This record gives sequence, C-alpha cells and structure tokens, in this order.
Amino acid sequence: MRNLLPILTVVAALIALWYVAVVPMNARWALDQADRAGQTLSATELVSATMQQDRPRLPAPHQVAAELWETTVEKKVTSKRSLVFHGWITLRATLAGFALGTALGIGLAIGIVYSRVMEMSVMPWAVISQTIPIVALAPMIIVLSSSVGIEGRAMPKAIISAYLCFFPVLVGMAKGLRSPDAMQLDLLKTYGASGADAFWKLRLPSSVPYLFTSLKIGIAAALVGTIVGELPTGAVRGLGARILVGDQFGNPLMIWSALMAAAILAGLLVSAMGVAQALMLRRMGGVR
Amino acid sequence: MITVALCLLAWLALWALNIRLARRGDKTARALVPLLFGLAVLVLWEGVVRGLGVSPIILPAPTAIAAKFTAETHTLWVDFSQTVLKGAFSGFFIGCGAAFAVAIAVDRSPFLQRGLLPFGNFVAALPIVGTAPILVNWFGFDWHSKAAVVVVMVFFPMLTNTVQGLREASAMQRDLMRTYAASYRQELIALRLPAAMPFIFNGLKIATALALIGAIVAEYFGSPTRGMGFRISTEVGRLGLDMVWAEIAVAALAGSVFYGAVALIEKGVTFWHPSQRGTS
Repeated sequence: MRNLLPILTVVAALIALWYVAVVPMNARWALDQADRAGQTLSATELVSATMQQDRPRLPAPHQVAAELWETTVEKKVTSKRSLVFHGWITLRATLAGFALGTALGIGLAIGIVYSRVMEMSVMPWAVISQTIPIVALAPMIIVLSSSVGIEGRAMPKAIISAYLCFFPVLVGMAKGLRSPDAMQLDLLKTYGASGADAFWKLRLPSSVPYLFTSLKIGIAAALVGTIVGELPTGAVRGLGARILVGDQFGNPLMIWSALMAAAILAGLLVSAMGVAQALMLRRMGGVR
Repeated sequence: MITVALCLLAWLALWALNIRLARRGDKTARALVPLLFGLAVLVLWEGVVRGLGVSPIILPAPTAIAAKFTAETHTLWVDFSQTVLKGAFSGFFIGCGAAFAVAIAVDRSPFLQRGLLPFGNFVAALPIVGTAPILVNWFGFDWHSKAAVVVVMVFFPMLTNTVQGLREASAMQRDLMRTYAASYRQELIALRLPAAMPFIFNGLKIATALALIGAIVAEYFGSPTRGMGFRISTEVGRLGLDMVWAEIAVAALAGSVFYGAVALIEKGVTFWHPSQRGTS
C-alpha cells in the first residue's frame, strides 16, 4: 500500500497528458467544421469541441469511460454489442489456451528435468520458438485448422495463446522441479523412496511457488495470444474482433473501449492468479 | 507408407545418436544435439507430407518451402527490409531509447519510480498489440506506423527493466562512491549504469521479440504492397502456403539473429555477471 500514492500520481499524470494530447489531435476536424459553418472558434470553444466529437482521432478519457459503461452495464449481456459478451468469448479462448499451454509447459519441464537428451535437444528450440513472431503463424494456423476440419475459431485461438504461454511455464517449472537440493534428494533415497515418490512428495511440492509465479506471466501472455489470434483473422466475436470491426467502420470509440476492456480483463486474470497463489502457498504452509 | 516408415526409422536413429551424444555432454555435443533434433523434425515433416500425400494447401514439405525460398529471394528481401529494417528496427531504437531516457529522467525521484514500476509492470502485461489499428490510422500505411506500434510495445518492458536495474547497486557500493566524493553523474556512469546492464539487456531481449511481433501485426491493418505481414495475409488468402512458410522462415531467422546479436553484446558488456561467467 506504500506504493498507492505514487501509482495514483503516475496514473493521474498520464490521464492529464492524454487530455492535453486530445486537443491538438482533434483540433483540425473541429476547425474544419467551424470553417464550413462560417464561424471562428475561441480557445475555450475549440477545447470543448475537441472533447466531444463522435469520431475523434483520439477520444478523451471520459468518452472512453462513457462508452465502456454503455457497452458493459447498460447493454444486455447476450447482446452482440455488449463488451461483456465479447469479453466472455475472449476469456473462454484464453482459458483454453492457458490450460493447453500450462499442460504443455509442465509436461516438457518434467521431460527436461528427467531426461538429459530432452533438455539438450528441446530447450534451445523452445527458446528459438519464442523469437519466432507467432503472429506470422496466426493466419496460417486458422487456415490449417479449418482445412483439417476443425470448425469455429476457438481452437486456433487457443493454440496461438498456448504457444505464447507455454514458455514461461516451462522455464519456471523446470527451475522449480530442480529446486530441491541434493541433500533433500539424498534423504529421500535413504528412506528408500522410489523415483515416483521423489517426484510427488518432493519435487512437485517444491516447484509450486515457481509455478505460480510463471502462471501469472503465462495467463497475461495467453490473453495477448488470444487477442493477437483474433486480430488478423477476420474473427467476428471477441475483444480482438471488436478492435478489428471498430477499425473497419472507422469508429475509434469502439477500439478504445475494447482495448480498455482487454486491459481490465488482463488485470482481473493476473490478480485472480495472485489470489490463487496466496491461497495455495498458505495451504502448503509457506509464509509470504 | 514406406516413406513414412523410413522417416520414422531415421527419426529413431537420430534420437539414438542424440542419446549417445548427450552422454558425452561436451561442448560439441551441446551444439550438435539441438541441430540433430531440428534435422530429425524436418525429416519427419518431409516424410509425413510425402508419404501420406498431404496436400500442399494444408502443409507444404520443407523441400518445397526451401525451393520457394530460393526462387523468391528478391521478394523476401524487399519484405524483410520493409518490415524488419525499416519498421521493427527504427521502432526498437526509438522505443528503447525513449524508455532509457525516461528511466534516467525519473532516476532522481524515488517517488515517481515507486509509481512507475508497478504501473509499468501492469502495462507490460496488457495486450498492447491492439493499438495497432489506431496507430496505423494516425501515421499512415507506410513503415512509420509500424515503427510507432513497435515503440509503444517495447517502451514499458524496457522502462521497468531499466528503472529496476538502476536500483541494483548496493548501499555499500553507493557509500563507497560517496567517500570518493563522486558527483551524481559520476556515480551514475561509473557504478549504477554498469550495475543496471543485466536488467537493461533483459529488457532489450524482451523488446527484440516484441518488435517483430508489433511490426508484423501492424501490417495486417494496412500497408503498402510489400512487407512480411502484408505478404503473409495475402498469400494465405491465395492459399500460397509455401510462400507463407518461406516468410515465416525469414521471420524466425530474423528473430533469432536479432536476439542472438543482443545476447552477444550482452555477453561482452556484462562479462562480470555470474550468469555469464559460468558458461564460457
């Protein structure tokens, strides 16, 4: 909580900067309108005109907030224009991709910890896979999955978000599974514990703190992946699709409100993961 | 069917070779094992595509992609220079430079730092690629808008890493500088910037991957008739998947080389850091 005041200051400064930027960005359109009507604008009139255009180049924060309120609270949840509806579509794909990516990451991490060949051959490629811009693959994954016969867009989106989120999980989990020291492993050996016992009773529990730290990064990455998966592919539902539609219809307010909704969703997901982490660590008797 | 069986056999043989190499575990083995693994994947891919007669519209064979790659070098180079050299690089340098400058500017105010760190970390987790259509709208179709998207994407990861890094020098080291009567500027250059380098390079490495993503995504929203993102989206529409894969190969190559170059510079600059000392 010590950081609350500084954070609020930074946010307030950014919003102020945003308001200042609105004026020059939208001024030309307002001046043109006035020119056509044969009026001249005073400075205050100009400022207020830039703050309330229907299709501004840069909408003012209060316009975005109003649009956000209108499309979440005042629209029915089932409506195609409700951001809750689109957010739900995105959330579903994100969670599916997150589950897939986490499973893949944990599986690979176990393989890497137990097999030297796996480590030496897979790990460099896992690193390289992250330098490949996934977005280059996105349109193709969608074509591929539709020609293989998978209907709908949920699956390809989930694959893309899994691709982005498996890597942090893999790295964190491999680190966590290796975190018990030789002494502890030796102790288990003196107990006559089998390899499976050592895994379930020592390696897995001690990897949990590492796992949750990477899960927080992973779920944010999964959301980015889903939105990237929706952007270039002509999807019609989901937050990314809202951005796309807003772009095609020249409606900046739609883009900005979808962006804000995505930001809120990201915040919720990461903090939910943080709560899960705290609960889990407390149950396991950890202190944090 | 026989081709598939042969390729599976080749896969198994390469895997067995890898197991033997991994047992040796020396430096050459360390380099050879991943290469052989990659080769095995390519062989299997080729075998499955040929043996099962997979249509090139679904998955072209690696040899077909390589043929396209050599046949279209000129187009690929034009796309590469448009997207990577103009869009991604200029955005990368402007974004990282600006973030670095801001980090230095707020360096004297612990209050602002405490505000910027959590805020920047939060923003770094947001799907910033979504701003691409807005920026394309503002800056036009050419590479300037791509650079702008890249700037926005790399700014916050770079900023938080630099701010974090500038706090790394320990109290003891700072006290030493004070006993030398070092000015703020001297302390910054002689102690705190070098100490921040591992963090700064971490930010730069994250930024390399983001820069390519940003430049390619922004092209899906409008671009001149060249560029990797443009080529990929049009070729997917025409089902020219061999060209798409060739572009992906270029992207992968560019991404890896870019990342590798930053990692190499890091190795030279932060040679003193424990994470670098063990490996060489």
